[in-house]
Amino acid sequence: MLERDVMGKMETATTIAAHVAAGRRKAVAVCHEALGRIEDRDPRFRAFLEVTPDYARPRAARVDADLAAGKPAGPLAGVPLAIKDNICTTFGHTTCGSKILKGYVSPYNATVIDRIEAAGGVLVGKTNLDEFAMGSSNENSAYFPTRNPWNTDCVPGGSSGGSAAAVAAGLVPLALGSDTGGSIRLPAAFCGVVGMKPTYGRVSRYGLVAYGSSLDQIGTLAANVEDAALLLTVISGQDPRDSTSVDHPVPHYCEELRDAKLAGLASGLRIGVPAEYFGAGLESETRAAVEAALDVYRRLGARTVEVTLPHTPYAIATYYLVAVSECSSNLARYDGVHYGHRTAHPRNIIDLYSSSRNEGFGAEVKRRIMLGTFALSAGYHDAYYNKALKVRRLIKDDFDRAFEQCDVLAGPTSPTPAFRFGEKLDNPLAMYLADIYTIALNLAGMPGISIPCGFSETGLPIGLQLMAPVFGETVLLQAARLYERETEWYLRRPPVTS
Amino acid sequence: MAAVIDEEQVWHIAKLARLNLSDDEVQLFAGQLAEIFAYFRILDTVDTEGVEPLAHALAVTNVLREDEPADSLCSEKALANAPQREQGFFRVPKVLDQGSGT
Repeated sequence: MLERDVMGKMETATTIAAHVAAGRRKAVAVCHEALGRIEDRDPRFRAFLEVTPDYARPRAARVDADLAAGKPAGPLAGVPLAIKDNICTTFGHTTCGSKILKGYVSPYNATVIDRIEAAGGVLVGKTNLDEFAMGSSNENSAYFPTRNPWNTDCVPGGSSGGSAAAVAAGLVPLALGSDTGGSIRLPAAFCGVVGMKPTYGRVSRYGLVAYGSSLDQIGTLAANVEDAALLLTVISGQDPRDSTSVDHPVPHYCEELRDAKLAGLASGLRIGVPAEYFGAGLESETRAAVEAALDVYRRLGARTVEVTLPHTPYAIATYYLVAVSECSSNLARYDGVHYGHRTAHPRNIIDLYSSSRNEGFGAEVKRRIMLGTFALSAGYHDAYYNKALKVRRLIKDDFDRAFEQCDVLAGPTSPTPAFRFGEKLDNPLAMYLADIYTIALNLAGMPGISIPCGFSETGLPIGLQLMAPVFGETVLLQAARLYERETEWYLRRPPVTS
Repeated sequence: MAAVIDEEQVWHIAKLARLNLSDDEVQLFAGQLAEIFAYFRILDTVDTEGVEPLAHALAVTNVLREDEPADSLCSEKALANAPQREQGFFRVPKVLDQGSGT
């Protein structure tokens, strides 16, 4: 049985952890198999910027040794994981997909890294992303684009495209991503996996390289809802090193997904359907798949409620003004002095800053720094940045009002399945519009999840997005699992993995 | 909130942002930034009279802790990624008497 699992379907993280904890499998063997799959399959998709076998193998051996010595097994015992390369690790490099951080070795681990390792997880490498997490296609990586495992002519989505592709291609069962405006949910939808963005403050951002600090949140990419819950339980909780992380109880999210907990839940569940998420621009196959998902919920006894989020048409402009403003401030630190790229022959100190930055950053990062610098500059600050913050409140108020009528919201994750490489590359605004259904949630700080709900005629995955109020992770995961239990979309894997 | 984004404006923003853009980049960004800011003007149509700005989605307050000494990054680790270093310091070109730079 194990042989078949290794060669064919990848085992789930939950299964691996149970086997390793019970002594039925060795973490070193699980790690060896994951590294083998990466070596075998990753050249076709290039999900990884860096694979770190020399780090992973001894860590796996350590997990086995601890268990042999009688130490209790952690919840992620022996589970191989991949980490988006904007999360700091003392092993390997942390490049953020940018030339400006080429060769950078972080002197410290992000809090999530320490938590995963304390739980027995084995980190096997760093995954590709749009430079500094700015992008929706992975085409903005300064190194190479990751390809969609379902169709290598298509983008995997962004910015956590490497992490989503690594899970979809069966290289690892779990990966970390970050979501500022949909960067976990969009690639999850495009690659046919489960992608969850927790509540802002649920997971420590310490060691997550900052892009839009009031929006950024670390989250999970997984092959199923239970595995997503497993990893979320490990990484959640307040961290004294991140003052925006919140002191809020962390439930054992997996326990909340047991059949006994789900029994009777559907009949009381109210699912809000925001009219604005089903308007013009929503592609017909995606609409049909999402409406079929709503039918599944109704069949289970849930009630669907029409709700309205009237400020949705303003979400993209609001999001980008907030994000680029925070970006222009956050990325001021890359100055060619303390770390990162330095220009070869600076004429003076100003040229050292300006040339190092111009050589080190890619086009989209420069564009966003420029947009943010302008939006914050004297004379325009009130008109753009402050105006956006006011509309941000109206957008959050929309969600608060909607959640008075329902427990979760449901809609598409993206208006279309994965698009082709190059399709939107020359038109930044068209690329921004791909985020239409994901970005409002970040402005409101609320949690959301994308789960597989069907396929296009051309064989590309379609994502169903569920959203919940602040710290509503339990009901969000339960609603996702209720649907997953009734369907088999999440079990489908790209041809290469079978 | 009309804003004119032409090449001169782009040069000015690039200088503020410390980006030594090429002529081609300035030309490209002038068009793209103008288009994006034109799109942002959709916010002009929203009535925000009396609306408080929302900088942070959660109602978090300042978090205070005791001011206790603790270890910080040692100098060797802090300098490990420096492009140029000398005798335990980051090395940079001469800073004084440079005028305003370019």
